[in-house]
Amino acid sequence: MPAHDYASTRYSPLSEISTANVGSLRLAFTFSTGVLRGHEAAPIVAAGMMYIATPYPNIVYALNLAAPGAPLAWKFEAKPDAFAQGVACCDVVNRGAVYADGRLFVNALDNSTIALEAKSGKVLWRYRSGDVRAGETRIMAPLVVKDRVLIGNAGSEFGVRGWLAALDTSSGREAWRAYSTGPDRDVLIGADYRPFYAKEKGADLGVSTWPRDAWKRGGGTAGSWISYDPDLDLIYYGTAKPAPGNAEQRPGDNKFTSGLFARAARNGEARWFYQLTPHDEFHYDAGNENILIDLALPGGVRKTLVHPDSNGYVYVMDRTTGEVISATPFVHVTSSRGVELDTGVLRYTPDRQQRTGIVVRDICPASAGGKNWQPSAYSPRTRLVYIPHQNLCQDEEAIQVSYIAGTPYMGAIVKMMPGPGGHRGILTAWDPVAARAAWTIREDLPVWSGALATAGDVVFYGTMDGWFKAVDAKDGKALWQFKTGSGIVGQPIAYRGPDGKQYVAVLSGVGGWAGAVVARDLDVRDGSAAHGFANAVPDLPLRTTKGGMLYVFALP
Amino acid sequence: MCSRSPDRAAAAPAFALAAMLLLLTACEREERRFEPPSPGARVKTEQRASMIASYERNAYAVATGKRLWTWYNCNGCHAYGGGASGPALIDDVWIYGGDALSIYTTIAEGRPNGMPAYGGRVPEDQLWQLTAYVRSLAGFATRDSAPNRDDALLTRPPEALGDTRKPETAHPSGATVQP
Repeated sequence: MPAHDYASTRYSPLSEISTANVGSLRLAFTFSTGVLRGHEAAPIVAAGMMYIATPYPNIVYALNLAAPGAPLAWKFEAKPDAFAQGVACCDVVNRGAVYADGRLFVNALDNSTIALEAKSGKVLWRYRSGDVRAGETRIMAPLVVKDRVLIGNAGSEFGVRGWLAALDTSSGREAWRAYSTGPDRDVLIGADYRPFYAKEKGADLGVSTWPRDAWKRGGGTAGSWISYDPDLDLIYYGTAKPAPGNAEQRPGDNKFTSGLFARAARNGEARWFYQLTPHDEFHYDAGNENILIDLALPGGVRKTLVHPDSNGYVYVMDRTTGEVISATPFVHVTSSRGVELDTGVLRYTPDRQQRTGIVVRDICPASAGGKNWQPSAYSPRTRLVYIPHQNLCQDEEAIQVSYIAGTPYMGAIVKMMPGPGGHRGILTAWDPVAARAAWTIREDLPVWSGALATAGDVVFYGTMDGWFKAVDAKDGKALWQFKTGSGIVGQPIAYRGPDGKQYVAVLSGVGGWAGAVVARDLDVRDGSAAHGFANAVPDLPLRTTKGGMLYVFALP
Repeated sequence: MCSRSPDRAAAAPAFALAAMLLLLTACEREERRFEPPSPGARVKTEQRASMIASYERNAYAVATGKRLWTWYNCNGCHAYGGGASGPALIDDVWIYGGDALSIYTTIAEGRPNGMPAYGGRVPEDQLWQLTAYVRSLAGFATRDSAPNRDDALLTRPPEALGDTRKPETAHPSGATVQP
């Protein structure tokens, strides 16, 4: 799976490549995907093959790692409905396939989930569970838990109603579906629901925290990362922002958007919910990854969930109960002034709040978040969380918006800009126990790639101008770098090849929200292009070009 | 100003003719069309060519198109011309053609890569106003008919001030460049 394990650590126990020898890392082989959009996927290695899921048009390649040069074993073309391209908010990305029991599961942009025979690429089943004409898309990597494939929709920007569903791995039949808005029976809130904070308790909050019927097009999609704790049998995921973007049109807390759910894996029943950004006025989302680790905190070892959120705080939570143990800014924050741990309330800054027709300036983090989808890694050796993220603020004006099915339901004009210091990207090594950064690396461009930590105490990540970098996990010292053909927004992985050697692989190919100005040929003279990201990266078209390519490295 | 100047006309007939033509053109900027195509009416193809010019040179039509741009969520996909999930429109690349009839067809009938059809949902008149506004984004409206200010947060030079017309270039994906 892209996250390496159910706990989403992205920690490889391989140690052949270490701080001592990473400097001599060499290219082993490459592979062109023939696709020019943002390559956010992690290559998946299983059973002697490497599987690559491309952005739209969603091709899956299987490379035979046992043969020299890793030749193509088979190719599958999902051929999704082309209309999906126009309703994918930020780029037509795909975050990877998942392998389980000889099968490969992959999503396509038009809301198809496809099960393939991993050996041959033969289609076992295909299930389409969303409507592109209503603005629904699918970009996430599925997660397989026992005999279920978990998937969720995307498209909060279009006012779709968010949900997460479990499909039967052998038939694709839907076992359960949990909505993020609406009455408790739709949200799968029942007797087992025991949230920690009083603010999350009450009947049908998914209806009562909205203006009449607004929950039906209220967003809160669940198309990002999912983690799983086998001992508690709970899955964890974040819900996306509420719709519309103009918050004055949806007074109330807008549950259950921009928050974290813990649900029973077997039936989807909610165990707890915690809303990180109630009545989200900043389009923050809560879809970022949840790393499930047991931390030695003052008072003893606790089962925690570490979640670096878009709103600028790293949340360390008790994953059994949903209690916030600490919530600490990891980036410059002006939109709020801290989290009250006894009530769980995020205290907003009054003069940063939206008013229709008024330009609000210096909102930090920007709506792309202090961090976005790009997943962090955790090393149990250093006990640090390596967070790839951005340093952006924004000016914004909320405008009146009408709901028109299949068109964006936004109502906000946004112009992002670099945050304090002028650097737009940061790799932060975060100590979740001390709740502070151990070290940081500044990058000029947003760090939109995932991070990988290894037992060799090396952390890998990529930059949007194409550098693939290795740094020392202990202190961030630069150890090695390689310039790939396009900007890197993918998820690096480490694996042991059939020859017993350790390899490191990453997809290059700029795109995603941050790279949309290049991948989608946007015009950066309009600062609001790419929902305001163009204003922050007007230089990107001169720094990198399109092109999807796999790079695999090994020691000589 | 739409009054004529008899003094100058007497002094220099040739100049007067030129001036009249200029003034007539300028008059189109302010013209109000009180008999727009009725809602739901389909305009014959042969009538369209003459309609295009009358909308594009008319400040009221372009300005109304600009308001509709936000009302109908065009800004959600195309931003204020720079693009997002939809393509940029202030550049010189046109996937389905940049002439007014092609733009009209794109808006009215939709396109298979994600552009929804607005025809039959909004009045014919508004489709042409939107077409005129899209042309102004790309720098194809006359300078005196294109808007020169934004009501909301400014994200790019106003339509009338930015010279976005660039020489014809080839597009890697084979898209056509117009006109």
